[in-house]
Amino acid sequence: MSNNAELTNILVCGIGGQGVMTASEVLSMAAIQLGFDVKKTEVAGMAQRGGVVTSHVRFGEKVLSPAIPKGEADILVGFEPAEAMRWAKHLKKGGVAMVNTSRIKPPVVNVGLFEYPDNPVEEMRKNGVEVYDFDAGEIARELGEMRLVNTILMGAISEHLPFDAQVLKDIIVERFRQKKPELAELNDKAFEAGRKAAAKSAQSAA
Amino acid sequence: MNAIVKAIADSRHLLSGNEALARGVWEAGVQVATAYPGTPSTEILENLALYPDIHAQWSVNEKVSLEVAIGACVVGARSFCAMKHVGVNVASDALMSQTLAGVNGGLVIAVADDVGLSSSQNEQDTRFWGRFAHLPILEPCDSQEAYEMAIRAYELSEKFGIPVIIRMTTRVCHVKGLVTVGERQAYEHKGFLDDPTKWVMVPTHAKELLKKQGSRDVILKAYVNECDLNRVEDGSDKRIGFVTSGPAYLHVKEAFPDAPVFKMGMSYPVPIEAIRAFGETVDKLVVVEETEPLVETELKAAGVAVHGKDILPKTGELSPLILDKPIRELYGENVDDLADPDLPVFPRPPTMCVACPHLSPYYCLSKLHKKIRIAGDIGCYTLGAGHPWKALDTTTCMGASISMALGMTLGASDEDKDKPVVAVIGDSTFLHMGMQPLLDVIYNRGNVTVMLLDNRTTGMTGGQEHAGTGFDIHGNEAPRADFEKIVVALGVNPDRVRRVNPYEMPTMFKAIKEEINQNEPSVIITDQPCVLTTRFKRQNPLKVIDGCTGCANCLSTGCPAIIVTRRETETRKSGKEVEKAYVEIETTACTGCNLCVSTCGPDVIKPVSFLEVAKNVQ
Repeated sequence: MSNNAELTNILVCGIGGQGVMTASEVLSMAAIQLGFDVKKTEVAGMAQRGGVVTSHVRFGEKVLSPAIPKGEADILVGFEPAEAMRWAKHLKKGGVAMVNTSRIKPPVVNVGLFEYPDNPVEEMRKNGVEVYDFDAGEIARELGEMRLVNTILMGAISEHLPFDAQVLKDIIVERFRQKKPELAELNDKAFEAGRKAAAKSAQSAA
Repeated sequence: MNAIVKAIADSRHLLSGNEALARGVWEAGVQVATAYPGTPSTEILENLALYPDIHAQWSVNEKVSLEVAIGACVVGARSFCAMKHVGVNVASDALMSQTLAGVNGGLVIAVADDVGLSSSQNEQDTRFWGRFAHLPILEPCDSQEAYEMAIRAYELSEKFGIPVIIRMTTRVCHVKGLVTVGERQAYEHKGFLDDPTKWVMVPTHAKELLKKQGSRDVILKAYVNECDLNRVEDGSDKRIGFVTSGPAYLHVKEAFPDAPVFKMGMSYPVPIEAIRAFGETVDKLVVVEETEPLVETELKAAGVAVHGKDILPKTGELSPLILDKPIRELYGENVDDLADPDLPVFPRPPTMCVACPHLSPYYCLSKLHKKIRIAGDIGCYTLGAGHPWKALDTTTCMGASISMALGMTLGASDEDKDKPVVAVIGDSTFLHMGMQPLLDVIYNRGNVTVMLLDNRTTGMTGGQEHAGTGFDIHGNEAPRADFEKIVVALGVNPDRVRRVNPYEMPTMFKAIKEEINQNEPSVIITDQPCVLTTRFKRQNPLKVIDGCTGCANCLSTGCPAIIVTRRETETRKSGKEVEKAYVEIETTACTGCNLCVSTCGPDVIKPVSFLEVAKNVQ
């Protein structure tokens, strides 16, 4: 279609309140630090009301349109498996999905109006998507803080980015050092735990 | 202090369009900035409030907000006002007269259009206010332009002596990009301009000003054709030349990098002559605009042949992909429909939060819905229209719940005339535009039951302070409007004003049942804070102990912390089939509001013991 081959497109998806926007913010900061032009967009109107949230991060020499066209995402970061499945077709051929398998069922599923898919990750694989999946929620629980899911997923995806994982980790840890220093070490740990989990998922897939 | 406030000249920052616009407004030397929150415009004023040398305030509604800004401009300051697209409808009374009077100090109004409807009741195109009010419209395409155009807008406002509208859209407001900033300019305060023929809008004065508006139109139309905010970007593929503005410009550049483009930064008045000249250099012209065919229609009226909404979508956001097929067809290319359907997943509509104080009013209203009509309003509580409550019959615009409820009682059919009508409205919305409708109910001896859901914040836009919270935009203490006193002052019988804790469900239910059966207006005020604010205090979470009978009553609260673990169909002795849904409570999400406890038949929802909580934390 255009000169998009020169851009890196990362689509982060999940549910309001999960930290999707923070994730895309740190990804953007990393890209800026490496000298890229960056755009980051989200539809945030009702972001904290349990609705679908996506954030698009695009970086490269020069970014024009802020939204990633369908079929052009290099990386999909799914904070929730059904949400990853919803956005799977935004990935380009050969794109990679990193998916947290902790499920969040909305009230419309709980009251029985809709079915939650049996196995979202399998559905994605059947459709030819390369998926790495693990339970980031469980790791966060073990580390004692549910909000770590975000950092765990960033660690998990870090090996698939066109820059060194350390850059991303330093930005995350530094953000905490400035805003909530007591959580800096824990986020460092969470980042590494995510990295390990992704590597394990890669092994089991191979 | 936020980093951007201290940012020095020529430094680059990752800013949203709203943050960048705020920076530009501050640099322009603005003294007074006002707004009522509204997605996607809200963060503009939140960011302006960070700058210490600017007076920023939340006003009670957009009309008041604009009038405060106008007042500041009349006495010679540069002033600013922000709102969402539907806010202009409220502010339009002031706008349509001030456009005649003009300005003294510069006045800029930023309006954010919710193109694509992420959080609004309609998709109206703000550029029409430019035509209606004879005002220039500037359209930034990204954060850098939002910043630059804010400064430029003040120059234009003072050059032409009129308010200037900056039209933002969601994809400018909420997109972050790199912005190179400057420094605050020293603005030479103009002082009060003593001229009643300009500021006192009586027919004699207005008649003279109308003539001036006519000559101003001529000047603006000449200016826009020369203005450097509009530019031609050459391209090698001359088959189609694009005329475009805002984020649509970026989509065009991405999809068709070789095409010539006429980029409008000032899109009203439409630069017709400049576009006509551009048209001479290409085979065909296509106007790509969000959302209405405003530029297209003006060009066609001026005899310029263009394509536009005849081939492009008439509503919603555009994107490189959306442009691709219709434009390639216009090129005469064979276009395969490459539509690749998404994998089917259940919808996930936004819903109320865990422990939201609006859950219990809607639980009660949903149980009573067969016997009553329910008129809703604009805010988080509009979500009451969704599952599981389905407890709203109408929602139109800010404040309309109460006035429409009155109309619904007056216009009811014989069959319906004894059906009580309930209006549901939030605290911020009530202060924005709900007081006058209630006065109308009283004055006209109507009978409406008003549920004033006071959660002490402007919830849906992310928790802004307002005149009823007791705090100002900076979080400093401010006089707090007393809802009980207000409704009594408006004429509601004090005996018919009830304050109810929404977490006490049986009391809530009883209060509604009693008040809808009165022969005069009632107001039921809830008094628990929004769970997303620091005013909300978490309690010991709950869990479902053994003995859930699957009655699913608790699911009717709509609390997202209640999860179904198993479903089954049970056949009773009578042969009747009953759906059962067994539940558990997501302890990490539950805040222990106790609302579901009163809905549980077998009484098996209990607080998690302190020991268990302690174990989880470790």
